[in-house]
Amino acid sequence: MIRAFHRWPGLLALALVTILALSGAMLAVVPAVERIAAPQAEAGLTVATLATRVQAAYPGVEQIRRAPSGQITAYWFDQGTPGAAVIEPTTGLGVASADPNQVERWLTNLHRSLFLDDTGRIAMAAGAAAMLVLAFSGIALVARRTGGWRHWFARLRGPLAGRLHVEIARVAVLGLVLSASTALWMTASTFDLLPDATATPVFPAEVSGETGVSLSDIDLLQTTPVAELRALNFPYRDDATDVYTLKTDRGTGYLDQGTGLTLAWADLSGWARLSETIYMLHTGQGAAALGLVLGLMALGVPVMGVTGVLVWWAGRRGRPRIRANRPARQAETILLVGSEGGSTWGFAATLHAALTKAGQSVHVAPMSAFAPESYTRADRIIVLAATYGDGDAPASAKGFLDRLAALEQAPAAPLAVLGFGDSSFPAYCAFAEAVSAAANAKGWAELMPLDSVDRQSAQTFARWGRHLGQAMGLSLDLAHQPVLPSTRALSLVSRRDYGADVQAPTAILRFALPPLSLWQRLTGAGFARFQAGDLVGILPEGSPVPRLYSLASARRDGFVEIVVRKQPGGICSSALMALAPGDTVKAFLRRNPGFHPDRGRSPLILIGAGTGIGPLAGIIRGNRRLRPIHLFFGMRHPGSDFLYSREMPVWKAEGRLVRLVTAVSRGAQPNYVQDALRAERAEVARLIRDGARVMVCGGRDMAAGVADALAEILAPSGLTPALLKAEGRYVEDVY
Amino acid sequence: MKSLLAILALSTALTAPGLAMARPVTLTTTMTNYGGDGAYLALYVTDTSGAYVGSLWMAGGKSKYYEHLSDWYRATGGDPAQINGITGASVGAGRSLEITLDLADALFDAGYTLHVDAAVEDMRDSPNEVAIPLTSAGAGKAVAGRRYIASFTYDM
Repeated sequence: MIRAFHRWPGLLALALVTILALSGAMLAVVPAVERIAAPQAEAGLTVATLATRVQAAYPGVEQIRRAPSGQITAYWFDQGTPGAAVIEPTTGLGVASADPNQVERWLTNLHRSLFLDDTGRIAMAAGAAAMLVLAFSGIALVARRTGGWRHWFARLRGPLAGRLHVEIARVAVLGLVLSASTALWMTASTFDLLPDATATPVFPAEVSGETGVSLSDIDLLQTTPVAELRALNFPYRDDATDVYTLKTDRGTGYLDQGTGLTLAWADLSGWARLSETIYMLHTGQGAAALGLVLGLMALGVPVMGVTGVLVWWAGRRGRPRIRANRPARQAETILLVGSEGGSTWGFAATLHAALTKAGQSVHVAPMSAFAPESYTRADRIIVLAATYGDGDAPASAKGFLDRLAALEQAPAAPLAVLGFGDSSFPAYCAFAEAVSAAANAKGWAELMPLDSVDRQSAQTFARWGRHLGQAMGLSLDLAHQPVLPSTRALSLVSRRDYGADVQAPTAILRFALPPLSLWQRLTGAGFARFQAGDLVGILPEGSPVPRLYSLASARRDGFVEIVVRKQPGGICSSALMALAPGDTVKAFLRRNPGFHPDRGRSPLILIGAGTGIGPLAGIIRGNRRLRPIHLFFGMRHPGSDFLYSREMPVWKAEGRLVRLVTAVSRGAQPNYVQDALRAERAEVARLIRDGARVMVCGGRDMAAGVADALAEILAPSGLTPALLKAEGRYVEDVY
Repeated sequence: MKSLLAILALSTALTAPGLAMARPVTLTTTMTNYGGDGAYLALYVTDTSGAYVGSLWMAGGKSKYYEHLSDWYRATGGDPAQINGITGASVGAGRSLEITLDLADALFDAGYTLHVDAAVEDMRDSPNEVAIPLTSAGAGKAVAGRRYIASFTYDM
């Protein structure tokens, strides 16, 4: 819901807020420039002295004004010719033109009214209102994404556009809220909607009728410092009924030109004062530094506009249309979707299509539309649920848990929950777990136990689909194909084979870099930019479902390298293992920023087993800055599947790898990588206490074992793997 | 409509004589290229003693800026009733403002003076930009303003 409040104002007002922000950022420089350029009055200078100096230089002076920047301007008539100049206060002489700056005037008119006068002012006010809606809905979204206010500046994960959007937003939002709300106030003031008019005293009915008091004999001018001056108007020549009009920060008054006495005075009203403060906050006139800060923050708006559109477009492209969706009351299978970015809808569409093809009547709806009373013919209810941020409900599942909790009785149709998430996040599938737990607490019958799909793995989804098919008594083939990037042909250059003796045929496959288009070179798209830990998707012959492999090389290495183990019955791994140099496969690149080494210099603890060594070896190979890397590597037998055994001694000699600890699982004393960690517990604990970062790559069981071992090792120091994960110091690439 | 209201506005100050005897008068104000935003103009009439009689036109819609038309503002206290129904848009640099009003005959050759106050954002206020006696002989003769007005004429 909040997302809609962010998306639609954002898209609709994109052009308007971009113009507002850009022109505002340029105008923000003006007060600072003026402040630097304006000749400043010496401390303690009184209005009387200044006026005397100006009058000596320009006897026909009519008005002296002081801008908040300190710039003093005088207006006079000299023998019928109007004159005006910026005044040097120490001499009273003009030093610069008082004509308005035409560029500033143009920008101001664009900024406040698009050159369309009142119509434009209202349009721009609408832009400011949209900015406010965007800011507040954005604040709610950031708080939700990072897991609460206390985590406002938490490290972000995910695709670049989204991260950039939030990175800028959480800094700039303060300035944008200030600028937008003050803009609305100023618009209201311009349209006379606020009681903030300047109070002018009633013009005195009677004056002394004398003229010619010396400026230095007027008490109020003597006691008013120039710093408080707004404007001083001189009486008309030869008009004895006229007066001096003085405007200061405190109010407005009339002074007799014969006696110098104050004839009338009106203080500035509270409203007027408030409006002036707001004007200062918005324009930076009188607060030049603030103006510059606000201008800088405003520059974030165009960037957020572009990244926001990219995020929206990516989400939209990933959402398929559901064909032949059955009404809830007629459906045998109810499919409820909790999706944030839209990818879970893709899985729902695949499942819907497969079930429909198998003769089922299926109703798909967002989880937020959960309405068990209308599921009258339902035989089963399936929930596909992603997780947002720190375990929250995703956008399309708002209110589901509340509605479930409010039910007197769980629905009769049994439930299956499938969670979608990214195991590199600490709250992996936490929302799906919460749904499952709430259903259990209600006594809702279970169709299938809770399962999860990591990083949109089509393989896991297909496997779950087979189980679902068994539970339903039909054969279900879920060939989920997310919207794929275009593939390239990768040509095998060389292969090194391992593990045949230990029943784990494994190979390091090295492919040539595919030729790149100019566009890819310029934008860094596709294979133009990648590093160890990114993923390469291989599309095997005869299957629409790609398999993802972790990259063991970076672009700089000049080749694409992966480590593959032949899976019994695996289409893709079999095809890869059968490749001979010169053969090609169809592949695409998918970035995986969650599994990149950070840019710090603290030590890295890399932990992997079997093919999990791939990205870790790539990280070591790319360690040109000789950051201390400690590698824990589990294998079956050093004589058979010691991957990269040839390179390891070289990397050690070069300083790219400080320490290698191996664990061998076949032999007299079976030893797993988690056992190796425990054996080195003192060293591991010391490294982590000193800020080391842990990266784990390998199978699920190994990763769980490693997490347990680390929890044990860290317990005495009060740290946990979850805590490290939250800090981004413990990342996993698990399959 | 415009002319009727103009009469009404004036009639509040001008006591009855010759209300029925009025004639259309065209006031033409041409601005110089003063290099600023649209000018606010107040057109009003004073009597022989210099006392305010009534307003003819206000170019500029936002009352919060009227204080910059300082002579008019001083005479009226900024009273919106004085310009009720005779308010239009501000006049841009180099542009002209032409208004036609039914003015009472009694206003001419009787010592009345027509004043124009002008003000432009971020530029000088110019009260009494134009002060021209209302006479039959003076009709059609252009006068220049002090700062912003290139020429001002009234034609009968």
